[in-house]
Amino acid sequence: MLLAIDTSAGTSVAVVDLARGVIAEQSTSDTMRHAEVVGRLIADCLRDAAVPISALSAVVGGMGPGPFTGLRVGIAAARVFALGAGVPFVPVVSHDALAFGHYQAGHTGPLVVVTDARRREVNWSVYSGTDAVGLPIRVDGPCVAKPAVLLEAAWVHAAVPRFDAVGVSAGDLGQVAELMWAHQRPFAVDEALYLRSPDVTLSNGPKRVS
Amino acid sequence: MTGVNDPLALNRTNPLVLGIETSCDETGIGIVRGTVLLSNTIASSMDEHARYGGVVPEVAARAHLEELVPAIRAATLEAGIRLDDIDAVAVTCGPGLAGALMVGVGAAKALAISLGKPVYAVNHLVGHVGADVLRLGADDTTEPLEYPTIALLVSGGHTSLLLVRDLVSDVELLGETIDDAAGEAFDKVARLLGLPYPGGPQIDKAALEGNPTAIRFPRGLSQTKDMEKHRYDFSFSGLKTSVARWVEQKRDAGEPVPIPDVAASFRESVVDILLTKAVAACVDLGVPRLLLGGGVIANARLRQVAQERTDAAGIALRIPPLSLCTDNGAMIAALGAQLIMAGHEPSSLEFGADSTLPVSDIQV
Ligand SMILES: [Zn+2]
Repeated sequence: MLLAIDTSAGTSVAVVDLARGVIAEQSTSDTMRHAEVVGRLIADCLRDAAVPISALSAVVGGMGPGPFTGLRVGIAAARVFALGAGVPFVPVVSHDALAFGHYQAGHTGPLVVVTDARRREVNWSVYSGTDAVGLPIRVDGPCVAKPAVLLEAAWVHAAVPRFDAVGVSAGDLGQVAELMWAHQRPFAVDEALYLRSPDVTLSNGPKRVS
Repeated sequence: MTGVNDPLALNRTNPLVLGIETSCDETGIGIVRGTVLLSNTIASSMDEHARYGGVVPEVAARAHLEELVPAIRAATLEAGIRLDDIDAVAVTCGPGLAGALMVGVGAAKALAISLGKPVYAVNHLVGHVGADVLRLGADDTTEPLEYPTIALLVSGGHTSLLLVRDLVSDVELLGETIDDAAGEAFDKVARLLGLPYPGGPQIDKAALEGNPTAIRFPRGLSQTKDMEKHRYDFSFSGLKTSVARWVEQKRDAGEPVPIPDVAASFRESVVDILLTKAVAACVDLGVPRLLLGGGVIANARLRQVAQERTDAAGIALRIPPLSLCTDNGAMIAALGAQLIMAGHEPSSLEFGADSTLPVSDIQV
């Protein structure tokens, strides 16, 4: 059984099990108040699932991509919860959860997942379909781009059906992790997917004052 | 099981508290038992900021995310405890850099829930005062701090003068900087003298050979017209400009800039105004105690002048060990422990990061 946390868009928390599926899930689409809501969502989710923390075998964190300030809250919470509970931390790409949910909802074949990256940019990932166990197969991304780039006929994935997602479900994130675990697929790298360098400008020395 | 909703079971006599501090560029994890310091683990991202000449919030927040788990591990190892031994988690929820604070807040809530323990969200500035209650062991017999006390907190992020009537229930802001923090002024002046970041130690080093009375730089907000509205407030932006102008005039005239004299005279101006106002607050309010805190306290000249002026005025001076003056998690754990021992209830899980949290909000 896994606790899954994602703050790459809103805040979503779930308790998931391979056999039982999503046991409990609590989400809010608020994209500003991750630090405020994450604790209550975790506590409520554990209460709804009615499982002791000792029943968890790992904690899953959505690594993004997503707006940085919020994204970090969920990763910090998931990593530290895992440490406190004495179980492994499992990183999963948040776009993989979006693709998984979209395929579960009936989509087949290639897919571009697109999410808001703020500052008039979007994040995108491309999937070719699902494998034998239902896991989405990511073939490109995640990347960051100007929205116009994705609309150009010359874009390499221009012909692929596009899914503009708004919120990531921790239930889907957890299910992706359960399937990866059960079928021994490699997890994501344990790194936040910022996809942008911190914007700082190196100064050219002090300006004159007189 | 001791739960978040069951604070009655909390150990209120000698609580084992883990404190998390991420308000600026130090990831601080501290562990205390009551007033005894067990670990003060700090991972700093200062080196990453050096090439930018100041703290870059996004760089600091990214570093916190990476340092948290290793720092918590290191702290528990040093303290010789297991995570599930702790009675409560304390965390800085403000003031500070919003994105940096949020990392600590999210982590603290998750840690508390994972352990079934309560969380105390506390004020960073009051934490600096709380550092003074810490003892290094049973044989550390330093007398407890008496109240009321005036506290002067000086760092790269804040310059504040507080009246502390009671650490856990009554802290009042007397004044603060209306522009740059004192530490920021050190960084900026170091930069215009061509010295590296962080500026404090560099200015200190350059000032060794300099004459502090060579140049009379202004003392911000010390004129009669300012004193009415800003009696205990500070301003360092005019001082910085005045140093810049002085240096430019020398360079324009083709004369060498006497860096040691500029550094010593600038430092003297900062130290003078900080202590003039702090001692005035003690005298005005009849409080014969002054506590210093914040990273700028590492400045030797500041400590020296503080000793001279407080001795002359009959004021008792308190300076916690330097490792507890810079931002750290132990002071946050210490304040959390004080709140617990004074019977305060835990914070609710809904608190957020408040970059401008007023100092009167000791716990959120
Ligand atoms: Zn500080």
